[in-house]
Amino acid sequence: MNRIASKFAELHSAGRKGFIPFVSAGDPNLDTSLEIVLALADLGADIIELGVPFSDPMADGPTIQASSMRALANGVRLEDVIEMSRRFREKSDVPIVLFSYLNPLHRYGLERLARHAAAAGIDGVLVTDAVDEEAAEIGSLLRANGLDLISLIAPTTSDERLAKIAANASGFLYAVSRAGVTGARSETSSSAEELVRRSRKFTDLPVAVGFGISTRQQIEEVWEYADAAVVGSAIVAEIERSIPLGNVPERIRTFVGSLLPEVANAGTEN
Amino acid sequence: MSKYEPDERGYWGEFGGRFVPETLVAPLDELTAGYFALRSDEEFNREFNYYLRDFAGRPTPLYFAERLTEKLGGARIFLKREDLTHTGAHKINNAIGQILLARRMGKTRIIAETGAGQHGVATATVCARFGLECVIYMGTEDIRRQELNVFRMRMLGAEVRGVDSGSRTLKDAINESLRDWVTNVSNTYYLLGSALGPHPYPLMVRDFQSVIGREAREQFLAREGSLPDALVACVGGGSNAIGLFHAFLEDNVRMIGVEAGGSGDELGMHAARFAAGGHIGILQGTKSYVLQDAAGQVAATHSISAGLDYASIGPEHSYLRSIGRVEYASASDDEAFAAFKELSATEGIIPALETAHGIAHAIRIAPTLPREATMIVNLSGRGDKDLMSVAEYENGRAER
Ligand SMILES: Cc1ncc(COP(=O)(O)O)c(C=O)c1O
Repeated sequence: MNRIASKFAELHSAGRKGFIPFVSAGDPNLDTSLEIVLALADLGADIIELGVPFSDPMADGPTIQASSMRALANGVRLEDVIEMSRRFREKSDVPIVLFSYLNPLHRYGLERLARHAAAAGIDGVLVTDAVDEEAAEIGSLLRANGLDLISLIAPTTSDERLAKIAANASGFLYAVSRAGVTGARSETSSSAEELVRRSRKFTDLPVAVGFGISTRQQIEEVWEYADAAVVGSAIVAEIERSIPLGNVPERIRTFVGSLLPEVANAGTEN
Repeated sequence: MSKYEPDERGYWGEFGGRFVPETLVAPLDELTAGYFALRSDEEFNREFNYYLRDFAGRPTPLYFAERLTEKLGGARIFLKREDLTHTGAHKINNAIGQILLARRMGKTRIIAETGAGQHGVATATVCARFGLECVIYMGTEDIRRQELNVFRMRMLGAEVRGVDSGSRTLKDAINESLRDWVTNVSNTYYLLGSALGPHPYPLMVRDFQSVIGREAREQFLAREGSLPDALVACVGGGSNAIGLFHAFLEDNVRMIGVEAGGSGDELGMHAARFAAGGHIGILQGTKSYVLQDAAGQVAATHSISAGLDYASIGPEHSYLRSIGRVEYASASDDEAFAAFKELSATEGIIPALETAHGIAHAIRIAPTLPREATMIVNLSGRGDKDLMSVAEYENGRAER
């Protein structure tokens, strides 16, 4: 069992739901970014999603676009993200999923990526713009190296497609809560619950819900019907606000702690 | 099936496909089904041809550029006059085709990107004609250099939204259009303006633009009793070029696409995707050549013409190059500028700066060809929109 599968098994047997924070790797710089994810792990993050910065993040709203640009301005490349993951892995067992657009992975070489990611202790890769039909090659290369290709499903995904995606999926399914780009919202759309319910007909894999989740209340709502909640833009926005104030990892620790007090408690038990 | 048709996933060889967020798969499936249901539908094609003729002013003339030919002393140059269509560029052909499709699909809100503003104007025009809400995304750098077209779009009732991200040009306008579409999938139709993007756009745009080559082929045959030796067209995303080339692909006719050579060979100074720095990659829904750095980040581009200033190229062009069917060359800012002036002064036709890249290449090769040789250059658009840019460029050069 890889780290993602054992994490969900552990959550399941503890009767808990998962918390999955997202940050853009290398924002505001690689060292601080590493400290941030270590703080998130320490707070009780169940899986960490690390965004690979890309020049043209067409599925992202302004918050994650800006964080991607901050990382790129520092020259952060895929190999740096892999190295950052390796350093993280020296200190933590929390699973890591890379969240990327296809082009930087393609340029790096998919086979090389799969090998290097496995060696660095990365557990899965989610490719925003590689839908099922286009993901066969990267999926088999990742699996051959013991990694999961995390698949996205959306409210617009038909049942027929859900069945196909579920059949090719591993790790967990990432359900996009609503039609749209990434970005914090104060409410989670009801389409998310409906989507998770539909997906259960086709798979026993855990389902995480993301896009727009930014409050403790929203996380609790998602936990009612899904296995994990992903929080991205809200944390990334807090990183952006913290940069001029300094001591970003501590500020993120406080912010995420307030977003998720139970998780903070759960974290100290580990 | 012809080797010039993509497979059912939208691939020409290894190029094309559909690389989009999952949310867009369903609307793209809907679009593909909608388009294929109409592609050979008689009633739809009758309607399309009616608007091409009576609204856009087709067929456009195939004009013999007599003075330019004489001056160059080589191959005879013919101009396919897309600049004479309503709104002044080939972009109207595709805009009409897609708006008729959007109406049949029951969409009420139209969005589009634009670079030079010609596609934005064409889209705003057909939206005005059919009374549909219209939002145009345009990079703020392009808004600056194509101001006249911004006024035209607003006059036509469109909302022009400036895009301030990235290089503030065509690529960034496409990103923003995709973000709008993914957010408003249910009522919104994305009217993409070039032979780019996820399947079925490259195919559909090519189909709607292929009227250019069908007419030109017929006109040339009627006039000369033979086929031309060569075709030349500028290539941004690739719609005017593939529109001219498509009807000739099975013929023994040489074809040359001309990219923007910009102001230098270094990455960032040009938009020649097939030159150094261009690698196969994935951008904005399709797999094709992409100007990028070693880390897979999309490179900044530069061209004197907003419409060619784009880091990727339509997938069918990458395929036609890979099988050796079409050659690609580039023309620099300076050469395009010189060609712009040359065609204006010699033929009384002011071309768009995009088009001037094709003219520049024709000027370069015509003298090397025999006098019996013939070529058709796609005069993709008129240059009124560019007069300010050209004046700026001229001043800039005077200062250097
Ligand atoms: C007159 C004209 N020609 C050419 C182009 C380049 O586009 P494409 O390569 O799709 O023909 C444009 C784009 O704006 C244009 O306005």
